[in-house]
Amino acid sequence: MINIMLSAALVLFGVAILISLYRIIIGPSLPDRVIALDMIGVHLVSAIAIISVLFHTTAFLEVILILAILSFISTIAFSKYIERGVIIERKHDS
Amino acid sequence: MNVSTIAEFIAVLFMLIGAIMAVISAIGIIRFPDIYTRSHAGTKSSTLAVLLTLLGAFLYFVTTIGFVSVRLLLGIIFVFITSPVAGHLITRAAYRAKVKLADTTIEDELADVLNEKERSEGK
Repeated sequence: MINIMLSAALVLFGVAILISLYRIIIGPSLPDRVIALDMIGVHLVSAIAIISVLFHTTAFLEVILILAILSFISTIAFSKYIERGVIIERKHDS
Repeated sequence: MNVSTIAEFIAVLFMLIGAIMAVISAIGIIRFPDIYTRSHAGTKSSTLAVLLTLLGAFLYFVTTIGFVSVRLLLGIIFVFITSPVAGHLITRAAYRAKVKLADTTIEDELADVLNEKERSEGK
């Protein structure tokens, strides 16, 4: 019973990631694609949580934190690139 | 059916509800007309999906092997703090890059405010 529920949850996350992938492919503007990528990163985090429950191990729990941090930083970098055109600004030469 | 089995079942039920929320948010991101409504779907409900799933994993490890995972708690707090911030930043960048609103939009109040500001700075 529990195994069936966990597998169903994993399949549902796979379906959600596939639908976001469709939005990345057809997305009309760049921010659409970035939002869909952010959603994929966040869903990947929860898929890893389900896998670590399914395998009954606690070895994958660092991966959750690392993926969450990487997804956040990449979204910030993309939004700054869209807004200003550069990611890391230079210092003003005075 | 003892207490540990029931707690385990509840933890897995949390994860299943989280997965259903993830599919709902994915349907929202494919069906909504413009980027602002899409970010509304993709930020709020996917955050709720991740929070439910990580909470289910935390409860599962507590009840089965008695392992209180601080990393999972930190992950929950981190996702809860940063995911709305990321949604706000990307929506703001989209508005500044002049991505069009949907055709059914009735009025755009932010454009009025921004025009007012530019006019007062110009004078």
